[in-house]
Amino acid sequence: MELSSFLTLDSFITDPLTHDFMRKALFMSSLVAAVCGFLSSYLTLKGWALMGDAVSHSVMPGVVVAYALGLPFSLGAFIFGVGSVALIGFIKQKSRVKEDTVIGLVFTGFFALGIVLVSKIKSNIDLHSILFGSPLGISLSDVKQTIFISLLVVILLSIFRKDLMLYCFDPRHAKTVGINVFFLHYLLLTCLSLAAVVGLQSVGIILVVAMLITPGATAYLLTDKFDTMTIISVLSAIISSVIGIYISFWFDLETGGSIVLAQTFIFLFAFLFAPRYGIFKLKKFFAGYK
Amino acid sequence: MDSINYQNFRIDAENICVDYNGKVALYDANLRLKPGQICGLVGMNGAGKTTFFNALTGFVNISKGKIRINGESVRSAQKDQTIAYVPQSEGIDSQFPINVWDVVMMGRYGSMNIFRCPRESDVQAVKDAIERVDLTDHLSTPIGNLSGGQRKRTFLARAIAQRASILLLDEPFSGVDIRTEKLISELFIQFKNEGKTILLSTHDMMHVREFCDLVLLINKTVVAYGETSEVFTPENITTTFGGISPDFLFGPES
Repeated sequence: MELSSFLTLDSFITDPLTHDFMRKALFMSSLVAAVCGFLSSYLTLKGWALMGDAVSHSVMPGVVVAYALGLPFSLGAFIFGVGSVALIGFIKQKSRVKEDTVIGLVFTGFFALGIVLVSKIKSNIDLHSILFGSPLGISLSDVKQTIFISLLVVILLSIFRKDLMLYCFDPRHAKTVGINVFFLHYLLLTCLSLAAVVGLQSVGIILVVAMLITPGATAYLLTDKFDTMTIISVLSAIISSVIGIYISFWFDLETGGSIVLAQTFIFLFAFLFAPRYGIFKLKKFFAGYK
Repeated sequence: MDSINYQNFRIDAENICVDYNGKVALYDANLRLKPGQICGLVGMNGAGKTTFFNALTGFVNISKGKIRINGESVRSAQKDQTIAYVPQSEGIDSQFPINVWDVVMMGRYGSMNIFRCPRESDVQAVKDAIERVDLTDHLSTPIGNLSGGQRKRTFLARAIAQRASILLLDEPFSGVDIRTEKLISELFIQFKNEGKTILLSTHDMMHVREFCDLVLLINKTVVAYGETSEVFTPENITTTFGGISPDFLFGPES
Protein backbone atom coordinates (compact mmCIF):
# COMPACT_ATOMS: atom_id res chain seq x y z
CA MET A 1 0.00 0.00 0.00
CA GLU A 2 2.65 2.42 1.04
CA LEU A 3 4.85 1.38 -1.83
CA SER A 4 2.17 1.92 -4.45
CA SER A 5 1.29 5.38 -3.20
CA PHE A 6 4.97 6.22 -3.27
CA LEU A 7 5.11 5.03 -6.85
CA THR A 8 2.12 7.18 -7.76
CA LEU A 9 3.72 10.27 -6.29
CA ASP A 10 6.95 9.34 -7.99
CA SER A 11 5.31 9.00 -11.37
CA PHE A 12 3.33 12.19 -10.75
CA ILE A 13 6.66 13.97 -10.75
CA THR A 14 8.68 11.93 -13.24
CA ASP A 15 6.09 11.13 -15.92
CA PRO A 16 5.94 14.67 -17.32
CA LEU A 17 9.74 14.75 -17.37
CA THR A 18 9.80 12.04 -20.03
CA HIS A 19 8.42 14.58 -22.48
CA ASP A 20 10.92 16.85 -24.14
CA PHE A 21 8.51 19.81 -24.28
CA MET A 22 7.82 19.49 -20.56
CA ARG A 23 11.48 19.53 -19.62
CA LYS A 24 11.95 22.60 -21.77
CA ALA A 25 8.84 24.28 -20.36
CA LEU A 26 9.95 23.62 -16.78
CA PHE A 27 13.43 24.96 -17.41
CA MET A 28 12.33 28.03 -19.32
CA SER A 29 9.52 28.95 -16.95
CA SER A 30 11.79 28.59 -13.94
CA LEU A 31 14.37 30.83 -15.57
CA VAL A 32 11.79 33.44 -16.47
CA ALA A 33 10.26 33.20 -12.99
CA ALA A 34 13.66 33.71 -11.38
CA VAL A 35 14.28 36.86 -13.43
CA CYS A 36 10.83 38.30 -12.76
CA GLY A 37 11.09 37.31 -9.08
CA PHE A 38 14.44 39.10 -8.74
CA LEU A 39 13.00 42.27 -10.24
CA SER A 40 9.80 41.87 -8.27
CA SER A 41 11.32 42.92 -4.94
CA TYR A 42 12.37 46.25 -6.44
CA LEU A 43 9.04 46.89 -8.16
CA THR A 44 6.92 46.19 -5.09
CA LEU A 45 9.11 48.38 -2.88
CA LYS A 46 9.21 51.17 -5.45
CA GLY A 47 5.43 50.97 -5.87
CA TRP A 48 5.62 50.28 -9.58
CA ALA A 49 2.87 47.65 -9.88
CA LEU A 50 0.82 49.84 -12.19
CA MET A 51 3.94 50.69 -14.17
CA GLY A 52 4.61 46.96 -14.57
CA ASP A 53 1.08 46.43 -15.83
CA ALA A 54 1.47 49.32 -18.26
CA VAL A 55 4.78 48.16 -19.69
CA SER A 56 3.71 44.55 -20.07
CA HIS A 57 0.53 45.49 -21.95
CA SER A 58 2.30 48.08 -24.08
CA VAL A 59 4.72 45.56 -25.58
CA MET A 60 1.82 43.98 -27.52
CA PRO A 61 2.10 46.02 -30.77
CA GLY A 62 5.89 45.60 -30.64
CA VAL A 63 5.54 41.82 -30.57
CA VAL A 64 3.10 41.86 -33.48
CA VAL A 65 5.17 44.21 -35.64
CA ALA A 66 8.35 42.25 -34.94
CA TYR A 67 6.68 38.98 -35.94
CA ALA A 68 5.32 40.57 -39.11
CA LEU A 69 8.76 41.92 -40.07
CA GLY A 70 10.56 38.75 -39.09
CA LEU A 71 12.58 40.48 -36.37
CA PRO A 72 13.27 39.07 -32.90
CA PHE A 73 10.04 39.70 -31.02
CA SER A 74 11.99 40.83 -27.95
CA LEU A 75 13.33 43.80 -29.90
CA GLY A 76 9.88 45.04 -30.84
CA ALA A 77 8.58 44.44 -27.36
CA PHE A 78 11.47 46.29 -25.79
CA ILE A 79 11.05 49.35 -28.01
CA PHE A 80 7.35 49.63 -27.26
CA GLY A 81 7.84 48.88 -23.56
CA VAL A 82 10.35 51.68 -23.05
CA GLY A 83 8.44 53.89 -25.50
CA SER A 84 5.26 53.61 -23.47
CA VAL A 85 7.06 54.74 -20.33
CA ALA A 86 8.63 57.67 -22.15
CA LEU A 87 5.20 58.63 -23.48
CA ILE A 88 3.65 58.36 -20.02
CA GLY A 89 6.36 60.65 -18.64
CA PHE A 90 5.90 63.12 -21.48
CA ILE A 91 2.10 63.36 -21.21
CA LYS A 92 2.28 63.64 -17.43
CA GLN A 93 4.72 66.51 -17.65
CA LYS A 94 2.92 68.39 -20.41
CA SER A 95 -0.66 68.08 -19.19
CA ARG A 96 -2.64 68.42 -15.98
CA VAL A 97 -3.93 64.84 -16.14
CA LYS A 98 -2.99 62.75 -13.08
CA GLU A 99 -0.32 60.06 -13.40
CA ASP A 100 -2.44 56.94 -12.84
CA THR A 101 -4.91 58.16 -15.46
CA VAL A 102 -2.08 58.76 -17.94
CA ILE A 103 -0.67 55.28 -17.27
CA GLY A 104 -4.05 53.62 -17.82
CA LEU A 105 -4.70 55.67 -20.90
CA VAL A 106 -1.37 54.97 -22.58
CA PHE A 107 -1.15 51.24 -21.97
CA THR A 108 -4.72 50.49 -23.07
CA GLY A 109 -4.04 52.55 -26.19
CA PHE A 110 -0.95 50.51 -26.99
CA PHE A 111 -2.70 47.25 -26.18
CA ALA A 112 -5.63 48.11 -28.45
CA LEU A 113 -3.19 49.00 -31.21
CA GLY A 114 -1.66 45.55 -30.84
CA ILE A 115 -5.01 43.79 -31.08
CA VAL A 116 -6.01 45.82 -34.14
CA LEU A 117 -2.67 45.04 -35.78
CA VAL A 118 -3.10 41.31 -35.19
CA SER A 119 -6.48 41.35 -36.92
CA LYS A 120 -5.08 43.39 -39.84
CA ILE A 121 -1.80 41.56 -40.37
CA LYS A 122 -3.29 38.20 -41.30
CA SER A 123 -0.22 36.17 -40.57
CA ASN A 124 0.50 33.09 -38.53
CA ILE A 125 0.63 35.10 -35.30
CA ASP A 126 -1.04 33.11 -32.59
CA LEU A 127 -2.96 35.74 -30.62
CA HIS A 128 -3.80 33.19 -27.97
CA SER A 129 -0.17 32.40 -27.19
CA ILE A 130 0.72 36.10 -26.96
CA LEU A 131 -2.17 36.87 -24.64
CA PHE A 132 -2.02 33.77 -22.47
CA GLY A 133 1.53 32.46 -22.96
CA SER A 134 2.70 29.16 -24.33
CA PRO A 135 5.54 27.73 -22.28
CA LEU A 136 4.86 24.28 -23.75
CA GLY A 137 5.24 25.43 -27.35
CA ILE A 138 8.32 27.60 -27.08
CA SER A 139 10.58 27.58 -30.18
CA LEU A 140 14.35 27.13 -30.21
CA SER A 141 15.08 30.71 -31.32
CA ASP A 142 12.82 31.94 -28.53
CA VAL A 143 14.74 29.79 -26.07
CA LYS A 144 18.04 31.39 -27.08
CA GLN A 145 16.56 34.89 -26.89
CA THR A 146 15.02 34.23 -23.51
CA ILE A 147 18.23 32.86 -22.03
CA PHE A 148 20.19 35.83 -23.35
CA ILE A 149 17.73 38.42 -22.03
CA SER A 150 17.41 36.65 -18.69
CA LEU A 151 21.16 36.60 -18.17
CA LEU A 152 21.39 40.26 -19.15
CA VAL A 153 18.75 41.31 -16.62
CA VAL A 154 20.25 39.18 -13.85
CA ILE A 155 23.72 40.62 -14.48
CA LEU A 156 22.43 44.22 -14.54
CA LEU A 157 20.39 43.75 -11.37
CA SER A 158 23.31 42.03 -9.62
CA ILE A 159 25.78 44.79 -10.45
CA PHE A 160 23.45 47.61 -9.41
CA ARG A 161 21.70 45.69 -6.63
CA LYS A 162 22.61 48.08 -3.83
CA ASP A 163 22.22 51.25 -5.87
CA LEU A 164 18.75 50.19 -6.98
CA MET A 165 17.82 49.42 -3.39
CA LEU A 166 18.98 52.90 -2.37
CA TYR A 167 17.07 54.38 -5.31
CA CYS A 168 13.87 52.65 -4.18
CA PHE A 169 14.43 53.57 -0.55
CA ASP A 170 15.72 57.15 -0.63
CA PRO A 171 16.38 58.66 -4.09
CA ARG A 172 17.04 62.05 -2.53
CA HIS A 173 20.00 60.72 -0.56
CA ALA A 174 21.25 58.90 -3.66
CA LYS A 175 21.23 62.17 -5.58
CA THR A 176 22.87 64.08 -2.70
CA VAL A 177 25.88 61.76 -2.63
CA GLY A 178 26.37 61.97 -6.39
CA ILE A 179 24.75 58.69 -7.50
CA ASN A 180 23.18 58.93 -10.97
CA VAL A 181 19.48 58.64 -10.16
CA PHE A 182 18.43 59.29 -13.75
CA PHE A 183 20.46 56.29 -14.88
CA LEU A 184 19.03 54.04 -12.15
CA HIS A 185 15.48 55.08 -13.04
CA TYR A 186 15.93 54.06 -16.66
CA LEU A 187 17.92 50.97 -15.72
CA LEU A 188 14.99 49.75 -13.64
CA LEU A 189 12.58 50.56 -16.48
CA THR A 190 14.78 48.74 -18.99
CA CYS A 191 14.92 45.67 -16.76
CA LEU A 192 11.15 45.90 -16.34
CA SER A 193 10.60 45.92 -20.11
CA LEU A 194 13.00 43.03 -20.64
CA ALA A 195 11.46 40.98 -17.84
CA ALA A 196 7.99 41.62 -19.26
CA VAL A 197 9.23 40.37 -22.63
CA VAL A 198 10.52 37.08 -21.27
CA GLY A 199 7.66 36.73 -18.81
CA LEU A 200 4.97 36.97 -21.45
CA GLN A 201 6.17 33.71 -23.04
CA SER A 202 5.45 31.93 -19.82
CA VAL A 203 2.12 33.40 -18.76
CA GLY A 204 1.18 35.80 -21.58
CA ILE A 205 0.82 39.55 -21.78
CA ILE A 206 -2.31 39.78 -19.66
CA LEU A 207 -0.90 37.96 -16.65
CA VAL A 208 2.78 38.88 -16.83
CA VAL A 209 2.31 41.67 -14.29
CA ALA A 210 1.55 38.95 -11.73
CA MET A 211 5.04 37.51 -12.30
CA LEU A 212 6.42 40.99 -11.64
CA ILE A 213 4.59 41.82 -8.42
CA THR A 214 3.20 38.75 -6.66
CA PRO A 215 6.52 37.09 -5.67
CA GLY A 216 7.82 40.39 -4.28
CA ALA A 217 4.62 40.99 -2.34
CA THR A 218 4.77 37.48 -0.88
CA ALA A 219 8.40 37.92 0.16
CA TYR A 220 7.65 41.35 1.66
CA LEU A 221 5.26 39.69 4.11
CA LEU A 222 7.88 37.16 5.20
CA THR A 223 11.01 39.17 5.97
CA ASP A 224 12.49 42.48 7.06
CA LYS A 225 15.75 42.02 5.15
CA PHE A 226 16.12 43.08 1.57
CA ASP A 227 18.48 40.28 0.50
CA THR A 228 16.27 37.64 2.10
CA MET A 229 13.29 39.22 0.40
CA THR A 230 14.96 38.85 -2.99
CA ILE A 231 15.81 35.19 -2.32
CA ILE A 232 12.28 34.35 -1.13
CA SER A 233 10.83 36.21 -4.09
CA VAL A 234 12.93 34.25 -6.60
CA LEU A 235 12.26 30.91 -4.89
CA SER A 236 8.51 31.43 -4.61
CA ALA A 237 8.38 32.43 -8.27
CA ILE A 238 10.27 29.29 -9.36
CA ILE A 239 8.18 27.00 -7.14
CA SER A 240 4.97 28.54 -8.49
CA SER A 241 6.10 27.95 -12.05
CA VAL A 242 6.92 24.30 -11.41
CA ILE A 243 3.65 23.69 -9.53
CA GLY A 244 1.68 25.52 -12.22
CA ILE A 245 3.19 23.51 -15.06
CA TYR A 246 2.66 20.17 -13.30
CA ILE A 247 -0.94 21.00 -12.47
CA SER A 248 -1.65 22.16 -16.00
CA PHE A 249 -0.11 18.93 -17.34
CA TRP A 250 -2.07 16.56 -15.14
CA PHE A 251 -5.40 18.36 -15.13
CA ASP A 252 -5.18 19.76 -18.66
CA LEU A 253 -5.45 23.42 -17.58
CA GLU A 254 -4.17 26.62 -19.17
CA THR A 255 -0.48 26.77 -18.16
CA GLY A 256 -0.07 30.52 -17.72
CA GLY A 257 -3.18 30.75 -15.59
CA SER A 258 -2.04 27.81 -13.46
CA ILE A 259 1.36 29.40 -12.79
CA VAL A 260 -0.18 32.70 -11.72
CA LEU A 261 -2.79 30.93 -9.58
CA ALA A 262 -0.02 29.02 -7.83
CA GLN A 263 1.68 32.36 -7.09
CA THR A 264 -1.58 33.79 -5.79
CA PHE A 265 -2.08 30.83 -3.46
CA ILE A 266 1.45 31.16 -2.10
CA PHE A 267 0.76 34.86 -1.48
CA LEU A 268 -2.52 34.04 0.29
CA PHE A 269 -0.69 31.52 2.45
CA ALA A 270 1.85 34.18 3.45
CA PHE A 271 -0.94 36.70 3.95
CA LEU A 272 -2.64 34.37 6.43
CA PHE A 273 0.28 32.65 8.14
CA ALA A 274 3.37 34.87 7.82
CA PRO A 275 5.16 34.80 11.21
CA ARG A 276 5.11 38.54 11.82
CA TYR A 277 2.91 40.15 9.20
CA GLY A 278 0.31 37.44 8.56
CA ILE A 279 -3.25 37.72 9.79
CA PHE A 280 -2.78 34.86 12.26
CA LYS A 281 0.77 35.84 13.25
CA LEU A 282 2.08 32.31 13.81
CA LYS A 283 5.06 33.60 15.76
CA LYS A 284 2.86 35.00 18.52
CA PHE A 285 0.71 31.89 18.38
CA PHE A 286 3.66 29.58 19.05
CA ALA A 287 5.21 31.97 21.54
CA GLY A 288 2.06 31.52 23.60
CA TYR A 289 2.88 27.84 24.04
CA LYS A 290 6.42 28.33 25.25
CA MET B 1 31.66 94.22 2.34
CA ASP B 2 34.38 94.86 -0.23
CA SER B 3 36.18 91.90 -1.79
CA ILE B 4 34.18 88.95 -0.58
CA ASN B 5 36.10 85.71 -0.65
CA TYR B 6 33.50 83.18 -1.78
CA GLN B 7 35.66 80.32 -0.57
CA ASN B 8 34.81 81.43 2.95
CA PHE B 9 31.19 80.48 2.51
CA ARG B 10 30.11 76.90 2.88
CA ILE B 11 26.78 77.69 1.29
CA ASP B 12 26.32 80.62 -1.04
CA ALA B 13 22.91 80.75 -2.71
CA GLU B 14 22.31 83.84 -4.80
CA ASN B 15 18.87 84.86 -6.10
CA ILE B 16 17.78 81.28 -6.65
CA CYS B 17 14.40 80.44 -8.19
CA VAL B 18 12.74 77.04 -8.43
CA ASP B 19 9.59 76.29 -10.34
CA TYR B 20 7.74 73.04 -10.95
CA ASN B 21 6.17 73.05 -14.42
CA GLY B 22 5.72 76.81 -14.36
CA LYS B 23 4.47 76.96 -10.77
CA VAL B 24 6.86 79.05 -8.70
CA ALA B 25 7.94 77.38 -5.45
CA LEU B 26 10.78 79.70 -4.51
CA TYR B 27 12.10 82.97 -5.96
CA ASP B 28 15.00 85.36 -5.40
CA ALA B 29 16.19 83.48 -2.33
CA ASN B 30 19.60 84.23 -0.87
CA LEU B 31 21.58 82.47 1.81
CA ARG B 32 25.18 82.63 2.94
CA LEU B 33 26.53 80.37 5.63
CA LYS B 34 30.03 79.95 7.03
CA PRO B 35 31.65 76.94 8.70
CA GLY B 36 30.38 76.38 12.23
CA GLN B 37 27.13 78.26 11.72
CA ILE B 38 23.74 76.84 12.56
CA CYS B 39 20.84 78.37 10.68
CA GLY B 40 17.15 77.79 11.23
CA LEU B 41 14.83 77.68 8.23
CA VAL B 42 11.36 78.80 9.24
CA GLY B 43 8.19 79.08 7.19
CA MET B 44 4.70 77.72 6.68
CA ASN B 45 3.97 74.42 5.00
CA GLY B 46 4.43 75.03 1.29
CA ALA B 47 6.61 78.09 1.90
CA GLY B 48 9.47 76.42 0.05
CA LYS B 49 11.56 74.93 2.87
CA THR B 50 11.85 71.48 1.32
CA THR B 51 12.33 73.11 -2.10
CA PHE B 52 15.22 75.10 -0.67
CA PHE B 53 16.81 71.87 0.59
CA ASN B 54 16.17 70.17 -2.74
CA ALA B 55 17.89 73.01 -4.59
CA LEU B 56 20.95 72.83 -2.33
CA THR B 57 21.29 69.05 -2.74
CA GLY B 58 20.67 69.26 -6.48
CA PHE B 59 17.53 67.12 -6.25
CA VAL B 60 15.70 69.82 -8.21
CA ASN B 61 17.25 72.20 -10.71
CA ILE B 62 17.14 75.92 -10.11
CA SER B 63 15.70 77.96 -12.97
CA LYS B 64 17.57 81.13 -12.05
CA GLY B 65 20.36 82.19 -9.72
CA LYS B 66 23.53 80.53 -8.56
CA ILE B 67 24.49 78.06 -5.85
CA ARG B 68 28.07 77.67 -4.70
CA ILE B 69 29.03 75.03 -2.17
CA ASN B 70 32.52 75.69 -0.79
CA GLY B 71 32.96 77.90 -3.83
CA GLU B 72 32.13 75.10 -6.25
CA SER B 73 29.10 73.78 -8.11
CA VAL B 74 26.38 71.60 -6.56
CA ARG B 75 27.47 68.79 -8.87
CA SER B 76 30.99 68.71 -7.48
CA ALA B 77 29.60 69.01 -3.94
CA GLN B 78 27.65 65.81 -4.65
CA LYS B 79 30.78 64.08 -5.90
CA ASP B 80 32.73 65.21 -2.82
CA GLN B 81 30.04 64.03 -0.36
CA THR B 82 29.92 67.58 0.99
CA ILE B 83 26.22 67.71 1.79
CA ALA B 84 24.20 65.27 3.88
CA TYR B 85 20.44 65.37 3.96
CA VAL B 86 18.47 64.09 6.94
CA PRO B 87 14.88 63.56 5.77
CA GLN B 88 11.82 64.33 7.82
CA SER B 89 10.05 61.32 9.25
CA GLU B 90 7.25 61.36 6.67
CA GLY B 91 9.81 61.50 3.86
CA ILE B 92 10.83 57.85 4.15
CA ASP B 93 9.12 54.49 3.90
CA SER B 94 9.48 53.15 7.45
CA GLN B 95 8.28 49.71 6.30
CA PHE B 96 11.19 49.26 3.89
CA PRO B 97 12.99 45.97 4.67
CA ILE B 98 16.30 47.40 5.82
CA ASN B 99 18.11 47.53 9.14
CA VAL B 100 19.98 50.29 10.98
CA TRP B 101 23.44 49.14 9.86
CA ASP B 102 22.49 49.11 6.16
CA VAL B 103 20.86 52.56 6.30
CA VAL B 104 23.94 54.08 7.92
CA MET B 105 26.17 52.26 5.40
CA MET B 106 24.26 54.10 2.65
CA GLY B 107 26.05 57.22 3.88
CA ARG B 108 29.26 55.67 2.53
CA TYR B 109 27.90 54.62 -0.90
CA GLY B 110 29.02 57.79 -2.63
CA SER B 111 32.67 57.12 -1.87
CA MET B 112 32.62 53.35 -2.53
CA ASN B 113 33.31 51.45 -5.76
CA ILE B 114 30.48 50.57 -8.16
CA PHE B 115 29.53 47.36 -6.32
CA ARG B 116 29.36 49.31 -3.05
CA CYS B 117 31.63 46.86 -1.23
CA PRO B 118 32.40 48.29 2.22
CA ARG B 119 36.09 48.72 3.01
CA GLU B 120 37.57 48.56 6.50
CA SER B 121 37.35 52.36 6.74
CA ASP B 122 33.65 52.32 5.74
CA VAL B 123 32.83 49.74 8.40
CA GLN B 124 34.67 51.82 10.98
CA ALA B 125 32.88 55.03 9.93
CA VAL B 126 29.51 53.30 10.24
CA LYS B 127 30.38 51.84 13.64
CA ASP B 128 31.51 55.22 14.96
CA ALA B 129 28.45 57.00 13.60
CA ILE B 130 26.06 54.50 15.16
CA GLU B 131 27.89 54.83 18.45
CA ARG B 132 27.55 58.60 18.41
CA VAL B 133 23.77 58.39 18.08
CA ASP B 134 23.64 55.68 20.74
CA LEU B 135 22.11 52.90 18.61
CA THR B 136 24.82 50.26 19.04
CA ASP B 137 22.23 47.90 20.53
CA HIS B 138 20.10 48.11 17.40
CA LEU B 139 22.57 47.38 14.60
CA SER B 140 20.42 44.74 12.94
CA THR B 141 16.99 46.09 13.93
CA PRO B 142 14.74 46.72 10.92
CA ILE B 143 13.87 50.41 10.77
CA GLY B 144 10.19 49.50 10.93
CA ASN B 145 10.71 48.26 14.51
CA LEU B 146 12.37 51.47 15.71
CA SER B 147 10.67 54.32 17.52
CA GLY B 148 10.35 57.66 15.73
CA GLY B 149 13.31 59.03 17.68
CA GLN B 150 15.51 56.02 17.01
CA ARG B 151 14.71 56.23 13.31
CA LYS B 152 15.63 59.92 13.29
CA ARG B 153 18.94 59.04 14.97
CA THR B 154 19.58 56.37 12.32
CA PHE B 155 19.39 58.94 9.55
CA LEU B 156 21.51 61.34 11.57
CA ALA B 157 24.10 58.54 11.85
CA ARG B 158 23.98 58.15 8.07
CA ALA B 159 24.85 61.84 7.73
CA ILE B 160 27.69 61.45 10.26
CA ALA B 161 29.04 58.37 8.46
CA GLN B 162 29.04 60.34 5.23
CA ARG B 163 31.49 62.80 6.88
CA ALA B 164 29.73 65.71 5.22
CA SER B 165 30.67 69.25 6.15
CA ILE B 166 27.15 70.54 5.53
CA LEU B 167 24.09 69.01 7.19
CA LEU B 168 20.58 69.77 5.99
CA LEU B 169 17.95 68.59 8.45
CA ASP B 170 14.26 68.60 7.63
CA GLU B 171 12.28 68.90 10.87
CA PRO B 172 14.88 67.12 13.04
CA PHE B 173 12.81 67.53 16.21
CA SER B 174 9.37 66.51 14.99
CA GLY B 175 7.99 63.34 16.55
CA VAL B 176 11.04 62.51 18.67
CA ASP B 177 11.30 61.55 22.34
CA ILE B 178 13.04 63.70 24.99
CA ARG B 179 16.13 61.49 24.95
CA THR B 180 16.57 61.86 21.20
CA GLU B 181 15.98 65.60 21.41
CA LYS B 182 18.70 65.90 24.04
CA LEU B 183 21.07 63.74 22.02
CA ILE B 184 20.47 65.74 18.85
CA SER B 185 21.08 69.04 20.62
CA GLU B 186 24.33 67.70 22.07
CA LEU B 187 25.38 66.57 18.60
CA PHE B 188 24.63 70.04 17.23
CA ILE B 189 27.12 71.55 19.65
CA GLN B 190 29.73 68.95 18.64
CA PHE B 191 29.06 69.58 14.94
CA LYS B 192 29.46 73.30 15.49
CA ASN B 193 32.79 72.76 17.21
CA GLU B 194 33.88 70.49 14.35
CA GLY B 195 33.16 73.38 11.99
CA LYS B 196 30.20 71.77 10.24
CA THR B 197 27.52 74.01 8.79
CA ILE B 198 23.93 73.16 9.68
CA LEU B 199 20.69 74.26 8.07
CA LEU B 200 17.59 72.94 9.79
CA SER B 201 13.93 73.51 9.21
CA THR B 202 11.65 73.54 12.21
CA HIS B 203 8.19 74.44 13.37
CA ASP B 204 9.30 74.91 16.92
CA MET B 205 10.18 78.51 17.81
CA MET B 206 11.92 77.39 21.01
CA HIS B 207 14.45 75.36 19.07
CA VAL B 208 15.32 78.29 16.86
CA ARG B 209 16.12 80.46 19.87
CA GLU B 210 18.05 77.64 21.53
CA PHE B 211 20.32 76.41 18.71
CA CYS B 212 20.35 78.75 15.77
CA ASP B 213 22.92 81.50 15.35
CA LEU B 214 21.09 82.64 12.26
CA VAL B 215 17.56 82.37 11.05
CA LEU B 216 16.09 82.42 7.56
CA LEU B 217 12.38 83.24 7.44
CA ILE B 218 10.82 82.29 4.12
CA ASN B 219 7.50 82.49 2.39
CA LYS B 220 8.23 81.62 -1.26
CA THR B 221 11.09 84.10 -0.91
CA VAL B 222 13.21 85.41 1.94
CA VAL B 223 11.14 87.43 4.40
CA ALA B 224 14.05 88.08 6.74
CA TYR B 225 17.54 86.75 7.28
CA GLY B 226 20.17 87.44 9.92
CA GLU B 227 21.24 86.90 13.51
CA THR B 228 18.50 85.16 15.43
CA SER B 229 18.49 87.79 18.17
CA GLU B 230 17.87 90.56 15.61
CA VAL B 231 15.69 88.91 13.02
CA PHE B 232 13.55 86.50 14.99
CA THR B 233 11.03 89.12 16.05
CA PRO B 234 7.28 88.67 16.48
CA GLU B 235 6.71 91.11 13.58
CA ASN B 236 8.88 89.11 11.19
CA ILE B 237 7.35 85.83 12.27
CA THR B 238 3.87 87.23 11.76
CA THR B 239 4.82 88.36 8.25
CA THR B 240 6.30 84.92 7.48
CA PHE B 241 3.15 83.17 8.53
CA GLY B 242 0.89 85.32 6.40
CA GLY B 243 -0.32 87.73 9.06
CA ILE B 244 -1.17 85.16 11.69
CA SER B 245 0.42 85.96 15.01
CA PRO B 246 2.92 83.45 16.40
CA ASP B 247 0.96 83.30 19.66
CA PHE B 248 -1.98 81.92 17.78
CA LEU B 249 0.19 79.43 15.89
CA PHE B 250 2.42 78.19 18.63
CA GLY B 251 0.78 79.24 21.88
CA PRO B 252 2.09 82.01 24.14
CA GLU B 253 5.87 82.09 24.14
CA SER B 254 7.53 81.16 27.37
